[in-house]
Amino acid sequence: MSEVIVEKVSKTMDDLQVIANISLSVKNGEFVVILGPSGCGKSTLFHIISGLIMPDIGRVYINGSDWTGKTGQVGYMQQKDLLLASKNVQTNIAIPLLLKGEETKLAYKKVQENLADFGLKGFENYYPRELSGGMRQRAALLRTFMFTKDILLLDEPFASLDAITRRKMHLWLKDLCISYNSSVLFITHDIEEALMLADRIYVLSNRPASVKAEFHLNLHNSFSEKELLKIKILSLLE
Amino acid sequence: MKKLPNILSKFAPLITITILFSLWELGVRLYGVEPWILPSPLQVANALITSANVLVHHTLTTLMEALLGFMVSIILAITVAFLLTNINWLNKAFYPLLIVSQTIPLITLAILFTIWFGWGLLPKVLVVVLVCFFPITINLINGLNSVDIDQVALFHSMGASSWDTFKMVRFPHALPAFFTGLKISATYSVMAAVVGEWLGAKQGLGYFMTITQKSFAIDKVIAAVVVICIISLILVKIIEIAEYFLIPWNRLNQ
Ligand SMILES: Nc1ncnc2c1ncn2[C@@H]1O[C@H](COP(=O)(O)OP(=O)(O)OP(=O)(O)O)[C@@H](O)[C@H]1O
Ligand SMILES: [Mg+2]
Repeated sequence: MSEVIVEKVSKTMDDLQVIANISLSVKNGEFVVILGPSGCGKSTLFHIISGLIMPDIGRVYINGSDWTGKTGQVGYMQQKDLLLASKNVQTNIAIPLLLKGEETKLAYKKVQENLADFGLKGFENYYPRELSGGMRQRAALLRTFMFTKDILLLDEPFASLDAITRRKMHLWLKDLCISYNSSVLFITHDIEEALMLADRIYVLSNRPASVKAEFHLNLHNSFSEKELLKIKILSLLE
Repeated sequence: MKKLPNILSKFAPLITITILFSLWELGVRLYGVEPWILPSPLQVANALITSANVLVHHTLTTLMEALLGFMVSIILAITVAFLLTNINWLNKAFYPLLIVSQTIPLITLAILFTIWFGWGLLPKVLVVVLVCFFPITINLINGLNSVDIDQVALFHSMGASSWDTFKMVRFPHALPAFFTGLKISATYSVMAAVVGEWLGAKQGLGYFMTITQKSFAIDKVIAAVVVICIISLILVKIIEIAEYFLIPWNRLNQ
């Protein structure tokens, strides 16, 4: 069982209210997309869920326990890939394992087993600077998976990619998450991306961010139903 | 054809030096300048050869002081930078002092060192440390502080200790800046040792320069200057080579 419940969270940073009373949840194996205008407070929300910062009010429950303000439960991929320039791809990806005290050899072996799935086979000894944008994103994603496959926070992981690469990554990521049965929270401000990936969508308001609406999707939604949804969401974001 | 400017730019410094030295040689001969006012480059070269034995002896002394001081500076710089970037109140207390320490005229301190510690090795090493310590420390501190805070947050989210973060994120990130500091210090280190020797010593290039200067053997003074330039350049080159091998990822963006 992997689930996250965010309960009535608010946060003010430097006299600026960024998050106003947000409640949301992710169920086991669910792919939940958070859609919000830029600068509304999405990344701040992830910082709170990951435990990096404390909310002023509200709690974060992970698998039934209170983890508010405590790190270490979820895999968090931030907006930037944050690969270490000084380490090669293999070491970068192995970092979560090494930090957990795993033996270097064993950690590298685990990384090796996954490289092919992430399209990084043969690139393990490259430095991040030598990789394309898509490969860097995949390396950062694999590093996140190495920390845990159960609960993932992904903050606009594909924002910097071109449209074609991005489409490919969508299909690939969706498959990956289904096969690992991961519970995912995924931030974007791209409606197409949200409709493509989500089981459920939360639409956030402008800053201070609050939940404006929630939509359920399923595989059987027809094209016209999705178009209708798109128009609804667009009108909400205006 | 495209290769030509490339080759030219490689030899450009050599060409400049050759032209300058030729003009100097020509000028001295043309106007018959006395050697005790300004010797010609050939006379200096001659002094280099005839005093080679003595020069080697004094160079070794100076090099020893410079390297010793340089080594102490590196250890001190790493320690201070580590402490100041990790302990906030230490940073507040000592960072301004670090800057102020650089405004004290070096020469007065060098004189004081000679009064306190005599004519031996110690005062020279101290002068070298005084000169070399600052560029290394400041560059290292800047490097450590310029790390991406999101990178640190990522490590925090993965449960890393602050030592893990220092070792894997902050220190490697600061290495290029650290090497910049090392190169600056290396160029100064030999000169600093010479300044120390100038004020009171029994051997070393600085000492050699004071006695030759007193007997108006300007060709020998300039010969010593040439030696100082050459060993400073060699030191910098050694550091550049170490940099090339120690931070391979830094080569990639060039
Ligand atoms: N550490 C901080 N101190 C003060 N204000 C902050 C801090 N972090 C973020 N903010 C402010 O909070 C607001 C929301 O920031 P956040 O990064 O969460 O938005 P976002 O929705 O992720 O934006 P984007 O779409 O650009 O990624 C912004 O106006 C930002 O200036
Ligand atoms: Mg953001």
